[in-house]
Amino acid sequence: MYIYDNYDQRIVDERVAQFKNQTERYLAGELSEEQFLPLRLQNGLYVQRYAPMLRVAVPYGLLSSEQVRKLAHIARTYDKGYAHISTRTNVQFNWPELKDVPEILAELATVQMHAIQTSGNCIRNTTTDQFAGVTPNELLDARPYCEIIRQWSTFHPEFAFLPRKFKIAVNSHITDDRAATMLHDIGIKIVKNDSGEIGFAVYVGGGLGRTPIVASLVKEFLPEKDLLTYLDAVLRVYNLNGRRDNKYKARIKILVKALGVEAFAEKVDAEWQHLKDGPGTLTQEEIDRIKGHFTAPNYETLDASCEILNKQLSENKAFSNWYQRNVSEHKINGYAIVTLTLKKLGTPPGDITDKQLDVVADLADRYSFGEVRNTHEQNIVLADVKQDQLFELWQEAKAGGFATPNLGLLTDMICCPGGDFCALANAKSIPVAEALQAKFDDLDYLHDLGEIDLNISGCMNACGHHHIGHIGVLGVDKKGEEFYQVSLGGDSGPDATIGKILGPSFAREQMPEVIGKVLDIYVDLRIDGERFIDTYRRVGHSIFKERVYAKSN
Amino acid sequence: MPSLINQTNSLENTWQTISDYNEALPEGNILVAAQYWLDNQVALCERGNVSIIISGDTDLDALGAHLNKFEVIAVSFPAFADGRGYSQARLLKERYNYQGEIRAIGDVLLDQLHFMKRCGFDTFDLKDGLEAEKALQFFDTFSDPYQLAYDVKTPLFRRKA
Ligand code: HEM
Ligand code: SF4
Repeated sequence: MYIYDNYDQRIVDERVAQFKNQTERYLAGELSEEQFLPLRLQNGLYVQRYAPMLRVAVPYGLLSSEQVRKLAHIARTYDKGYAHISTRTNVQFNWPELKDVPEILAELATVQMHAIQTSGNCIRNTTTDQFAGVTPNELLDARPYCEIIRQWSTFHPEFAFLPRKFKIAVNSHITDDRAATMLHDIGIKIVKNDSGEIGFAVYVGGGLGRTPIVASLVKEFLPEKDLLTYLDAVLRVYNLNGRRDNKYKARIKILVKALGVEAFAEKVDAEWQHLKDGPGTLTQEEIDRIKGHFTAPNYETLDASCEILNKQLSENKAFSNWYQRNVSEHKINGYAIVTLTLKKLGTPPGDITDKQLDVVADLADRYSFGEVRNTHEQNIVLADVKQDQLFELWQEAKAGGFATPNLGLLTDMICCPGGDFCALANAKSIPVAEALQAKFDDLDYLHDLGEIDLNISGCMNACGHHHIGHIGVLGVDKKGEEFYQVSLGGDSGPDATIGKILGPSFAREQMPEVIGKVLDIYVDLRIDGERFIDTYRRVGHSIFKERVYAKSN
Repeated sequence: MPSLINQTNSLENTWQTISDYNEALPEGNILVAAQYWLDNQVALCERGNVSIIISGDTDLDALGAHLNKFEVIAVSFPAFADGRGYSQARLLKERYNYQGEIRAIGDVLLDQLHFMKRCGFDTFDLKDGLEAEKALQFFDTFSDPYQLAYDVKTPLFRRKA
């Protein structure tokens, strides 16, 4: 992973000093609430319903075991003993005291961590495939490019006060997209052109929120060295032209729509002509230097098929269930990718206790070269586990409470904090997730249903990505009461699609039954091996609508 | 009384900002809105001692050839969170090759001074109530930035080599 040099460390240390000074001035009354707001936001500090929330950056989700232990320590010392993995692969603390935040940041800086630009109207944490670098079907490892973008965007003086927040994702997988790339302000797909050169297909203007839109292609092939000058051009066009009069119309997606993709692309290109081949152009040495931080660990030479593992799988049904769901193929023979799930009945999705964090750090040290990755589905990945150690790891993970074999299944939901924590909520979301987890707790049934993304947001800001769930649930306010709107057919993959609303909303008590009906319709209509989303696409929306709202008689 | 600074000192402000164009223009150095200048070029050139104020949506192309006539170009920040002025300043200096002084006016606060300096601002008309002496400490918050801008012409990866 990327290790700071003196320059990187100094920037983070200077930030700690800066924020300490800002907090002191705020507490002394020298900075008004309004003036302090964007400063604390750019440092990941929200004020929400009950306490501030501190969002710590985890660039592209990657953490060392030492960093995980530091997070555990912070959860224990400054919070109520737990942390939360966010859908941008960051880590959030829900209960720190404002006066402690400078101290927390100082602690984070000792393990090369920070909260820079984790909120506010600036360029946020760049995300990518959580399996980058270890998955068999990728063009190349996307993480070095994410790191290049991280450095470029950190305290970019021109883009600290954009019309709205700005999110970039990079994907390098040939057939899959685990980073919801097409739903970002900028989605970058790493590609090769006909002459075999590496470059990027650049998509702009995706996003969720009130106006969910899939990003449009603005540059088919951007040469590798031009990455940053082109990003500068896109951001400059946005900074100058994005709307600032209405925060719901301020994202770049609205600008792209208003100008039209072609006109937008032309504007960017015109700007880029001035920057292209200038000093911002990447050098091969820099690309190589950054790539040098993401080299393969010391893999052993192993056989592709592992006898011990095969024996354990045939002897233990529970282990084999877990293996099928939570273990993914690795590009190196004899290794596997393990996803530890944080979705368990009774715990809000993405929450993890300080003790669990310590366990994760230990597991990483013993089984996976001391590194872990957060995923945007709010789970944790051990990317380099030897196949013959899977059984042992499984037993320990089970004891730690993160081996629910439900990865990708219905109960592996994305759920925002909702009305329990968030001041903007129309409705609570966690109790809905819990009710669904309680109703659908039969693993055989869940496995039979197969892959389904169920996403829940407590309001149309869409933090829970409800638009791109195969099944989406949105909290709405109906005359002061909490109701839930269901949408179907959303997808975050390469064929990203925004889900379609099913019809009138439902009361909270009805939700398990309604989702049950949707699932029954799928089971009834599916053809062998078809996933929920495939059946939905084949049979169409209306049949679901008719049957869900049919009067029972 | 708002106070004017550059990156190292307090300055005396010799430019008066015009906001009411119905009254007769006062004597001395004046700053007028870019559009007003475009509409009254001939008269204003005759008068002399006139510079302009641009905002986030001012079309710099329309002013193109005239820019270097102005001793000062004031870039206004109606609210500190309106970040268009940063791009405008960089364009003025880097694209239009403006040689004069760029001044930040409006909602000019302390924590943004470092970013403004990086984008090419020379002088800063601090918002009411802010002390010049205190403000001067805010230019060096970060010593070695990653990315190029007006003040540092190459990115860190080229400087490190
Ligand atoms: C509890 C405090 C929170 C508040 C007040 C909040 C507020 C918001 C708001 C206002 C937006 C809309 C932004 C826009 O449309 O431009 C938004 C979007 C978003 N939030 Fe949150 N949020 C909170 C927590 C979270 C958490 C915990 C997560 C992660 C699990 C999250 C993930 C997101 C994401 C991914 C988006 C972007 C959707 C898009 O691409 O447009 N938020 N949030
Ligand atoms: S979706 Fe709405 S309720 Fe949920 S966290 Fe975001 S703002 Fe809060």
